[in-house]
Amino acid sequence: MPTDKQVPPGSRVAVIGAGVAGIMAASTLKQAGVEVDLYEKEERAGGHLNRWHHLFPGREEASLVREGYLQQLREHSLSLMLSAEVKAIVREPEGPAGGRFRVTTAAGDSRDYGAVLLATGFRLFDAALKEEYGYGIYPRVLTSPELEQRLSPGGAGLDTETGPPKRVAFVHCVGSRDAKVGNRYCSRVCCITGVKQAMAVRERYPGCEVINFYMDLRMFGSGYEELYQEAQEVHGVNFIRGRVSEAAKTLGGAIQVKAEDTLLGRPLKVTVDWLVLLVGMEPSLSAELLASLALESDQAGFVASRDKFLQPGQSSADGVFLAGACGGPASLPESVNQARAAALSVITYLNRKG
Amino acid sequence: MNHHTPKISWQNYQKSIADDHFYFVRSCIRQTFFPGSEQTFLRILRQELGKDVFDDPRHTSCTGIAYHSDVVPLQTIMTVVARHFALMTEAGYRNFLVSCVTSFGIYNEILHMWEHHPEILAQTREHLWKATKREFQIPDNLVHTSDAIYKFREEIFERARYTLTHRNGETPLRIAEHVGCHYAKIFPDKGVGGAEFPRVLSGMVEAWGGEVVDYPERRHCCGFGFRHYVIRENRGYSVANTRKKLESLAPYKPDLIVANCPGCTMFMDKWQYTLGEMEGVTFGPDGRGIPVLTYEELAGLVLGYDPWDLGLQMHQVDAEPVLKKMGYRYSPEKKYLSSKGKYMGQPMVPDYCCL
Repeated sequence: MPTDKQVPPGSRVAVIGAGVAGIMAASTLKQAGVEVDLYEKEERAGGHLNRWHHLFPGREEASLVREGYLQQLREHSLSLMLSAEVKAIVREPEGPAGGRFRVTTAAGDSRDYGAVLLATGFRLFDAALKEEYGYGIYPRVLTSPELEQRLSPGGAGLDTETGPPKRVAFVHCVGSRDAKVGNRYCSRVCCITGVKQAMAVRERYPGCEVINFYMDLRMFGSGYEELYQEAQEVHGVNFIRGRVSEAAKTLGGAIQVKAEDTLLGRPLKVTVDWLVLLVGMEPSLSAELLASLALESDQAGFVASRDKFLQPGQSSADGVFLAGACGGPASLPESVNQARAAALSVITYLNRKG
Repeated sequence: MNHHTPKISWQNYQKSIADDHFYFVRSCIRQTFFPGSEQTFLRILRQELGKDVFDDPRHTSCTGIAYHSDVVPLQTIMTVVARHFALMTEAGYRNFLVSCVTSFGIYNEILHMWEHHPEILAQTREHLWKATKREFQIPDNLVHTSDAIYKFREEIFERARYTLTHRNGETPLRIAEHVGCHYAKIFPDKGVGGAEFPRVLSGMVEAWGGEVVDYPERRHCCGFGFRHYVIRENRGYSVANTRKKLESLAPYKPDLIVANCPGCTMFMDKWQYTLGEMEGVTFGPDGRGIPVLTYEELAGLVLGYDPWDLGLQMHQVDAEPVLKKMGYRYSPEKKYLSSKGKYMGQPMVPDYCCL
């Protein structure tokens, strides 16, 4: 726990989650003179960024970007608590304490704050719930973060016992836009991730055919469409509009995929060495925390903003702010922008509170 | 992800299967093609396990095949189903035990419709009353007969005289399973293990010492497909689908196939002969085809029943190789004798067979 007890609790802020949004929000607050404690349940800061090798669309080295964020932590001497899972946040009754928040970790440490900024990010969809893809049963079925690890320096790569892979398929929208699993929303970043990873496979294994099975491709961000074009024209990645209906293991351990090409109007069956599932985002904030703060959530379960147009970083509860994917699927740059905006909202709130 | 401990989602699909007091409805086609299976089922539940099963001769076809072939309209099949529930109600039972997978799908589909459209349920009650002056209650528990065998698989194994192994104790028999599409593909939560990795048959096989063979077309249709078979012009689709399944599982060299649907068992068994005649292909290692058994026949073998009481001599693909592999004690000379010891005649060996 931090030792600085001189700062009045009314002006100290708890930032929950030391992913990119949490780090950026905390450093912004610190630069503005607000004392911050940054809570992270994992053993290291960086959140989901730790899982990635390259970032879309510019394909920057994720480790370098991560280092940039960690540098901010060091530069601003941020109070970072690792392996500190927040179990409870309780708003003290109005009175002399002025509606303070008592944050308690799993270890039982408690501390009071004037405001709370949630940057708890997202949880990856559990691909095993889409049973038809055989994830968790067939070893050659991977999730997109697992592929990223395999393609990282020192990663296992995609070689099989028969040599380099000859064919790899990606399945888009796994756990997103899927009423069957209760997730009707789009996770926004999987399309471009699939394009980026398909290119990475082709670059590393030039003889490998790569197929992306998609419903439609949502290339909304700056540079996304260009990357999609490059994947087709320069790298020869195949894109087939159609969902995979099932995956099954063949005698040699490869994966037989059944799908429908909805543009040709024909079913197809193809055997691939690896099947990569582009898993979506799910809300990660626990129901207990949502309930204890009386926070409203959207239909999908992400923390809802009080007003998505006028107060986007402000939750439904006074003094509780949000940034990044805890408020809904967001890319890394979007999360960072939200974090800066949320930090500004916190400062405004503290100043108004006096 | 640790792939050494597979994450099997079927554990999340546990259905409630009643323990006793069943109202039993038979299959239309099973009694013709695998006539010993339902009798074996009753023998296991009643005599081995001491369960109360009411085998009611008054019930009729559910008309499912005709319904799926657009011959019987929805209102008609609903009234037929309502009559079956009325018979169950009158007999004092609340647990409905269905022998046929097509019927199992029909009952579940209609119960689902009634649940979501009470006005259709009210209309069906009215139709049944006008037609028969009967009333009915919705069953408390609706299960397939394979569910019941699955539920009692350990009790059956406690009474086992054979295991599903070579020479009764050596290496496991390799068994390819096929679960009927209408068992869980319509309502995954109504099947043990769901639709993608159903557990109902694999659970039996493993409990009795066998090894389940996973093959790429495990979930594919057997080839029945109702109108694909019923309408002669479409029958090629039926044979083609069966061939797809058999070609997919044959490289795994299974000792037998087990299925839980009357149509599936029939088509995977009899279309092997058809494919042999059409194309001269056989799928077993020695040109004799791969035996296809029902789960009751498999349970009966585990319990040491006479294979000719089980009806194994009625299969298109000869099931005797399975008996020999298991080291089964039986009387080959009685294969074509009736229960009264009279010679029934026997089938000719097909031309394509290499033996």
